[in-house]
Amino acid sequence: MSSVQNAAADARPAAGPAGRAGGVATGTADRSGAAVSLRGLTRIFGDVRALDGFDLDITPGELVALLGPSGCGKTTALRVLAGFERPDAGTVTVDGVDISRVPVDRRDMGMVFQSYSLFPTMNALDNVAFGLRMRHQPARQRRARAQELLDLVGLPELARRYPHQMSGGQQQRVALARALAIEPRVLLLDEPLSALDAKVREQLRDEIRRLQLSLGITTVFVTHDQEEALSLADRVGVMRSGILEQCAPPAELYGRPATPFVASFVGTMNRLPGVVEAGGRVTVDGRVLPVDGVVPAAGTVVDVLIRPEALEIEAAADGASVVVVTTFRGGSTRLTVRSDAGAELAVDVPTHRATELAAGVRVRVVPSPRPVLVETRAPS
Amino acid sequence: MNGQHGLRTRLTRIGVLLFAGAYFALPIVSSFLFSIKDNQANVWTAKYYTGIVGAEGFWPSLRTSLMMAVLVIGISLALMLPTMLVVHLRHPKVRQLVELVTLLPLVIPPIVLVVGVRTVLGWGPDYFAGTPTAAFLSGIQDTNLPWVLVLTYVVLAMPFTYRSLDAGLRAIDLHTQVEAARNLGAGWGTVLTRIAAPGLRGALLNASFLAFALVIGEYTIASILLFTPFPVWLVALGLDHAQLSVSVSVLSLFLTWLALLSISVIGSRGGRSATLRSV
Ligand SMILES: Nc1ncnc2c1ncn2[C@@H]1O[C@H](COP(=O)(O)OP(=O)(O)O)[C@@H](O)[C@H]1O
Ligand SMILES: [Mg+2]
Repeated sequence: MSSVQNAAADARPAAGPAGRAGGVATGTADRSGAAVSLRGLTRIFGDVRALDGFDLDITPGELVALLGPSGCGKTTALRVLAGFERPDAGTVTVDGVDISRVPVDRRDMGMVFQSYSLFPTMNALDNVAFGLRMRHQPARQRRARAQELLDLVGLPELARRYPHQMSGGQQQRVALARALAIEPRVLLLDEPLSALDAKVREQLRDEIRRLQLSLGITTVFVTHDQEEALSLADRVGVMRSGILEQCAPPAELYGRPATPFVASFVGTMNRLPGVVEAGGRVTVDGRVLPVDGVVPAAGTVVDVLIRPEALEIEAAADGASVVVVTTFRGGSTRLTVRSDAGAELAVDVPTHRATELAAGVRVRVVPSPRPVLVETRAPS
Repeated sequence: MNGQHGLRTRLTRIGVLLFAGAYFALPIVSSFLFSIKDNQANVWTAKYYTGIVGAEGFWPSLRTSLMMAVLVIGISLALMLPTMLVVHLRHPKVRQLVELVTLLPLVIPPIVLVVGVRTVLGWGPDYFAGTPTAAFLSGIQDTNLPWVLVLTYVVLAMPFTYRSLDAGLRAIDLHTQVEAARNLGAGWGTVLTRIAAPGLRGALLNASFLAFALVIGEYTIASILLFTPFPVWLVALGLDHAQLSVSVSVLSLFLTWLALLSISVIGSRGGRSATLRSV
């Protein structure tokens, strides 16, 4: 056993029956998570660069979601961090110690997998206790601790159930308890909710967040679902072809995307033609708006990126556009508007306004006077 | 009309079933009847069964066969399970090759194999006289525990053990389970004993059973190499005491069924792992 593991084992408080009453907080709340630093990670499979100089720093106790389209390298990043994959280049550092060469079974990282991964020949309690068994904890102690964790994930009565007797959501909860049982230095979740149906997914998502906050455990959560990422994470890292495009808090990512890829990948983004003016401004549809971020030279023809809720719309007989589709989304309604020139825009309005803006109604659309992101048009 | 058609299909099915049943049952039933009848006195008797235990050479040959079976099962699984795991989890590309190699014993006739083995055993001890190899070659020819047969049977059992384990491995997602175990701190030894073996219990039982059946029933190689395990003894017995040898056959058939039954019971008690059906 490595010294790293021994140190971790010593730091572990004895969990006994007395600890159970404490529930969530038992022995872990005081422990702050580890700082993780990934530097220049590169992993090449044949001619695919799954990771291509991937950098990410995670502060102790932070939950970072890795978001990106399928095949962009999210799983590979997580697997390199967990030690399942050796990077071709780059380092993994935890609390200042380079662990790039530490084998997977010595890394003390709890992982929850996308597919159901419980051991089918063990019941829930033994599954959760497995990691403690590997750490040579006495049987009574690890049973008590495992039961405590099952309580924690809301399944106190399922200790004797086998995986095939549990629903998908229950299995993933047990998998979470199993990963948490070893008091990992970092918790890794690879699309743990993607196999579950919407309702369970949302419930478990909130619970993961609650647990993560109360345990203060550094967590990386991989997902391709932007809503999941935005609602869960302290920071969301958007990945594209093996690199991290931007890592920022959800609001910043949505409101001030660093790159056009992030802008288009997170939320819906309209692209309107515009021309850059002097003094960091841009003219779009006759309005002059301040430009956010990089400002191209005056006179440059650009795409102006505007969110659906940042467009003002009103019914107008002399308007240049027509509503073609309305999509009810609860509190807000998404309108698809086509201009006479043929361009389509997405516009969000409060649902109470949707009746006056039904399909077929002629409208006028103008951007709200807020700073906007622009992207130089590729010469066509 | 539809009903008539349905009836005809059903009758055909029953007919086929009866025919197949008779095909299997007739020889067994005849054997059984033959073995419980005293032809001279023309009365039913159990003496051919009670006589088995006293028959000369019964116990030594059975003991040799059972010991060989245990060794063959142990060696086969100890070689095959780790190999299969490495192939499945780490090097799926060489699976085809491994499959091909394990199938060789089915392609090469046993007679060819045994001629080769006998030739080596024939000239080896002289050729290597005075070296450890010579000692090894004579050591594996102990009549009570013929290791040379054990090693040969391990090779012969390979196609069956491979098939069973392969089916078992395909039936479960061992990959994720192994990674989960590794992630929780398990070394490869623990993965083998606590994750892979229990998960493949059904497949391991299948493989064991097939290896067992092979050892208990193999005649050609054993007799050519002049050993007397159970099957060879049985054939020899049949030359002198026809009915006694048939009663032994019936008994061994019965015992084999019992073994099969117990395997499917043990296998299905787990329920989740690969069962006999997966072969
Ligand atoms: N073991 C592997 N062998 C070959 N290619 C792989 C392997 N793992 C991942 N890849 C490739 O690397 C890229 C990134 O994969 P992955 O990290 O799984 O993406 P994501 O999880 O974001 O969907 C993909 O193109 C995938 O096909
Ligand atoms: Mg993935």
